Amino acid sequence: MEAIGVLMMCPMSAYLENELDKRFKLFRFWNQPQKEEFVKEKANSIRAIVGNASAGADAKLIDSLSRLEIVASYSVGLDKIDLGYCKEKGIRVSNTPDVLTEDVADLAIGLILATLRQICACDRYVRSGLWTKGDFKLTTKFSGKSVGIIGLGRIGLAVAHRAEAFGCPISYYTRSEKPDSKYKYYSNVIDLASNCQILVVACPLTKETRHIINREVIDALGPKGVLINIGRGPHVDEPELVSALVEGRLGGAGLDVFENEPEVPEQLFGLDNVVLLPHVGSGTVETRNAMADLVIGNLEAHFLGKPLLTPVV
Amino acid sequence: MAEQQRHNHLPKLLVLGISPVFRLHEQKFAQRFEILRAWETPIFTEEFQASHAPHVRAMLCWGGTPVTAEQLSHLPALRLVVTSSTGVNHIDLRECHRRGIAVANSGNVYAQDVADTAVGLLIDVLRRISAADRYVRGGLWPVKGEYPLGSKLAGKRVGIIGLGNIGLEVAKRLEAFGCIICYNSRKKKPSVPLPFYLDVCDLAANCDILVICCALTDKTHHMINKEVLLALGKEGVVVNIARGAVIDEKAFVQCLVQGDIAGAGLDVFECEPNVPKDLLELENVVLSPHRAVFTADSFGDCFEHISGNLEAFFSNKPLLSP
Repeated sequence: MEAIGVLMMCPMSAYLENELDKRFKLFRFWNQPQKEEFVKEKANSIRAIVGNASAGADAKLIDSLSRLEIVASYSVGLDKIDLGYCKEKGIRVSNTPDVLTEDVADLAIGLILATLRQICACDRYVRSGLWTKGDFKLTTKFSGKSVGIIGLGRIGLAVAHRAEAFGCPISYYTRSEKPDSKYKYYSNVIDLASNCQILVVACPLTKETRHIINREVIDALGPKGVLINIGRGPHVDEPELVSALVEGRLGGAGLDVFENEPEVPEQLFGLDNVVLLPHVGSGTVETRNAMADLVIGNLEAHFLGKPLLTPVV
Repeated sequence: MAEQQRHNHLPKLLVLGISPVFRLHEQKFAQRFEILRAWETPIFTEEFQASHAPHVRAMLCWGGTPVTAEQLSHLPALRLVVTSSTGVNHIDLRECHRRGIAVANSGNVYAQDVADTAVGLLIDVLRRISAADRYVRGGLWPVKGEYPLGSKLAGKRVGIIGLGNIGLEVAKRLEAFGCIICYNSRKKKPSVPLPFYLDVCDLAANCDILVICCALTDKTHHMINKEVLLALGKEGVVVNIARGAVIDEKAFVQCLVQGDIAGAGLDVFECEPNVPKDLLELENVVLSPHRAVFTADSFGDCFEHISGNLEAFFSNKPLLSP
């Protein structure tokens, strides 16, 4: 397989890079100064793309690689891949579901606790020496608070399972009600936001779910409500979110993703009721290795004519 | 005159110091009890001794106001000490027992909040939440790129030290994250289906994470020492939401600085509010200023609980949380 060209879109994992290097002819997209020239030149050898949450394969790139057979994403989210176009052109797509479910759900709960109990602010307080001058303020209890989840897939269910251990009543919104679910269903996001204190975004990013968290939803969540985003930045109308937080119209937010990563609105930096993370949802050694193994596994399966491990298209 | 009479019918409650719960709910306390404020009229003064000492049967204290044998000697009529804390290490229990004085603590009202803090600190240490938040706020994400990876929670072996109300709440929560739970306690609990280790070192040797949830007593003082920490090992993480002195802090800081354990989440310290300087420099620790119980919700619950204990006492009924 050493002659098979694989185009890696951006740095994502040294381990994955090494493994791809060993097995295929690896092209590193981010190292090419003249990207369009490079693509034209190498189009004949590139048969696979490896993308992630930041960079995938749009129609333009797909069109310029006539020998492209498969796009293997180092992520579970597929918003950077033109899935419809891949299907049309007979290009396979794989992602990394299941292996990262627990880590992302763990992080959602970690964000809830860090936001409600102001754990990061407390840590800053101690490190700055302020504790010797006075006590930190009262914070907000998590156990027993109502949690609303947008998207009840693998990750949404894992978040619900964990929140239940804290005695939290769970409700959810999905495109259609899940008949087997024991949780309370709301047919629209505003009703969900009006009836929960902590709202967690755990659905895929599509045309329909872009800015699913808008001004109306933020208002419904209110000054005692907290928004947790472990989905994609564009799920949230970010300027609306920022002004709601700065003006105190929303109680708090725990955010792992942003509209223009790695840019994060600086107006949030001074707020104690906000936790800001650099897209670390699946960021553990164990999980990233498992994700890399899945990418390699899918590519090998494809080029050996075997069924894909985790096919999407 | 009527006001005075009504006032005199309320049971007397000596309040030793201004606990956070008292400060928040002072008016509500005053509606149910005649409050004698020890900081306004100290108990050893003639005024107090003459007017109040013979009638004071109940006292409210907290972690910040030690109850000593000497103080008890000034309160001959005292039959109940209620503390708004869970810990009772600030009360001379032996002297209370000798004098036939009952002691009641906060019972279970804080258990959930403390367990939440323990879990929050643990996830923060493993997933580097506070450190990554600092990274973002410092503008480093666009400059230095991806943040270093953390460590997965599922499958980790967690040893809970002290399986009381709080320890059980911590176990319940961490099981939902796929952690494997075992525990150490003074005695094995036959009704609990979790593996028990009589020796703390044994527990540490068989765990990845230690969560300290036990009371501070003579036996547990500096129970987590260098031996236990080395048994826990280089990948080990310690979370302490109990009392600072359960850990030999000096040895602990050394272990962290030298990399003999991987990280720690701490809400309590030996000499609060002073925190060892070395800890302030470390990225793999999360520090909290003894806030595990400090939510508005739990303070409301605590007020109701304290009231409940006092009212039970004054109507000769059994205490809620002796």
